[in-house]
Amino acid sequence: MELLIFSILALVAVVCSILVISQRSPVASALFLIATMVSLAILFLMLNAAFLATIQIIVYAGAIMVLFLFVIMLLNLRRDEFGPERRKAQRFFAILFVFLLLIGITTVIEVGVFGVKPAETVSEATIPAGVEPLAQLLFTKYLLPFELASVLLLVAIVGAIVMAKRRL
Amino acid sequence: MVSSSAYLILSAVIFTIGVLGVLVRRNILIMFMSIELMLNAVNLAFVALSRQLGSLDGQVVVFLVMTVAAAEAAVGLAIIICLFRNKKSMNVDDFNLMKW
Repeated sequence: MELLIFSILALVAVVCSILVISQRSPVASALFLIATMVSLAILFLMLNAAFLATIQIIVYAGAIMVLFLFVIMLLNLRRDEFGPERRKAQRFFAILFVFLLLIGITTVIEVGVFGVKPAETVSEATIPAGVEPLAQLLFTKYLLPFELASVLLLVAIVGAIVMAKRRL
Repeated sequence: MVSSSAYLILSAVIFTIGVLGVLVRRNILIMFMSIELMLNAVNLAFVALSRQLGSLDGQVVVFLVMTVAAAEAAVGLAIIICLFRNKKSMNVDDFNLMKW
């Protein structure tokens, strides 16, 4: 049963991400990206990461994608502004390179090279559920990265305002 | 229980689709969305390995990656608005000011 759910979600995620890069209009791409993110959120739930699944939907599929759609609507693109896509040769080499990349990553995961062991199939280790253990870790061991993230967000807010404003 | 390697392979596939999007597409917004796709794929790998190792550290890293992605989206979209205002184009081939 779990395998069936995983297969369906994986199929949805892969098909939607292919549609993200193959759609002509950015709005359709953004909507398919939201579908990919929601299916990844359900995969997070299956991996015992309920908090991250919630954050994925609220922050990623919610806030970030609304920002994307907002910008797309704001720019008010016409059809002719999408422009021609790259040349055929470039596309061929891009697909070839990406195929080799996929083979490389899959080899590292499944076979293992240069002393890197392949990923174990199933481990019996269980991770504690709920938000509290995560918060415990975040506010003790990872306190400095957490504080740096808040500074980064402040910088991003100031930077976005400075850039988007015509005149300060 | 689905094996961790299945999650890792799914993550690798989504990541490569993101790379393909950056390489093939010329629309700057769609290239930006492909980057988000790659970030999401890496998050999936982190969460899968977090379950396999039985430690929450991977989930904390995903939390921080999401923060960085939010900041990156805000600044990146501001840059895109600026570029569009100056060049009236979404095609990255038109943004060649720093090319010598």
